[in-house]
Amino acid sequence: MTDLLNKHSFVELGARQRAKALLDTGTLRELLDPFQRVMSPWLARQGVVPQADDGVVIAKGSIGGLPVVIAAIEGAFQGGSLGEVGGAKIAGALELAADDNRNGIPTRAVLLLETGGVRLQEANLGLAAIADIHAAIVDLRQYQPVVGVVAGSVGCFGGMSIAAGLCSYLLVTQEARLGLNGPQVIEQEAGLEEYDSRDRPFIWSLTGGEQRFASGLADRFVADDVAQIRQQVSELLQQGLPEQQRSRQADLFLQRLARLDAEPQIDAATVRDLYQGERS
Amino acid sequence: MSSYSLRGLHWFNALSAGAKPVDGLPASLKVADGVVGEQPVRFIAVVADPDNRFVRARNGEVGLLEGWGLAKAVDEIIAADADKSHKRAVIAIVDVPSQAYGRREEALGIHQALAAAADSYARARLAGHAVIGLLVGKAMSGAFLAHGYQANRLIALRDPGVMVHAMGKASAARVTLRSVEELEALAASVPPMAYDIDSYASLGLLWETLSVEQIEQPTSADLARVTECLSLAIGDVATSGRDLSGRLGASNRAASSKVRQLLREQW
Repeated sequence: MTDLLNKHSFVELGARQRAKALLDTGTLRELLDPFQRVMSPWLARQGVVPQADDGVVIAKGSIGGLPVVIAAIEGAFQGGSLGEVGGAKIAGALELAADDNRNGIPTRAVLLLETGGVRLQEANLGLAAIADIHAAIVDLRQYQPVVGVVAGSVGCFGGMSIAAGLCSYLLVTQEARLGLNGPQVIEQEAGLEEYDSRDRPFIWSLTGGEQRFASGLADRFVADDVAQIRQQVSELLQQGLPEQQRSRQADLFLQRLARLDAEPQIDAATVRDLYQGERS
Repeated sequence: MSSYSLRGLHWFNALSAGAKPVDGLPASLKVADGVVGEQPVRFIAVVADPDNRFVRARNGEVGLLEGWGLAKAVDEIIAADADKSHKRAVIAIVDVPSQAYGRREEALGIHQALAAAADSYARARLAGHAVIGLLVGKAMSGAFLAHGYQANRLIALRDPGVMVHAMGKASAARVTLRSVEELEALAASVPPMAYDIDSYASLGLLWETLSVEQIEQPTSADLARVTECLSLAIGDVATSGRDLSGRLGASNRAASSKVRQLLREQW
């Protein structure tokens, strides 16, 4: 009972509060904060009201005493979509963190991913920014871990799901969904029989946090609780670089895919068996 | 008339004539080790495989096998050249209509497969390989992120069929609650939303654009022109670095530079 009373939801927090909740007390310093009003130059002319931080919070500080930069995406603004400014904030912060490491400062990064991917109103500049983010993760990851957190409720999709796949470690909750393509787009491209975007249990069974963890596509599965998420993120940062980066196991995954009978339509249990075998 | 594009295959065949094919990869990948001018290179293209085991990836889409296969093809080069002072260039020939949209793909983690491809291309670049993206057809969204967008130089052929975008027009219209006509009207005044290659070039992301005589099936003059441009690009990478900073600087991408500058000041 005390557990329940002491539990604080992480999912319910906005991007800025999430960053604050993870960082050691009193260490948060936000860069390019909303008062500087660096906003999207593209939204207003399309009749969309821009936001003063473009939906991305960059905060420096420490976690468990280790130097960290957090990039937190605000899922409540335009579905967490990334445009030019928000994307450049994340890429730029990761690039500076990598520079820090080359200068002897061991800055790590934590990405709080609530995003549908590219903001279609800024289409090609969002896509370009996401390519920059991918490049910067791979660069920084040479020195220090980049920890991705998909807590929910937006989930992590599009080009940013690829960014999640590049992280040194990935932490998910029950509320999280992680996938390349949003359910509606798949249904539209491939038909209702292939993917019923309104069948929520079906969507969660395949792309939800629990399934991703059970099939080895995420490293930690955590309850929606601030203290537990902070603890797990801190542990992952302390752990240093992973022995084997998930995105560097082409031979293993090609072997697994070769074993799959791709003829019948797939279900969650088949994926767990294929990817985890006796461990599932 | 096939339902899928053959441009990528035709350019691959033309550029890699006389090159040594690399096997052990999915049939949807064309990979060969050859030369550009006098430079040793590995050519990589994703092509349509009508017999692809994954039915949603039969028209040249980048799916599970393609993502992991690209990673393998690039990793081989990184490993083979690890102890060499001169690293082979990697030429990604880009004609990819989209990522694969399907239940199997999502369930099996297509995002992770595409991450593997982007990862390998990025590591090749960091290891000192020149990575050149040659856009001969569509370069769409996740497919382009996995195959081409980590290149340190992007070259596009000038043709209405060469286009870079985050989403096809019909889907983009639906997601943004607009009609296709409205979307097209907006695209005419908002360069990052446009589908044509000149608008894309105005964002500063391309190193070069080239006109050719026959984009579907290159002539010998086309081949000579593109080969020369690839050589220059490889040379340019050798003199000016491994990162993607060459993409910054265009007035239509000014905010990307400004944000970086402010972050650096406040860091």
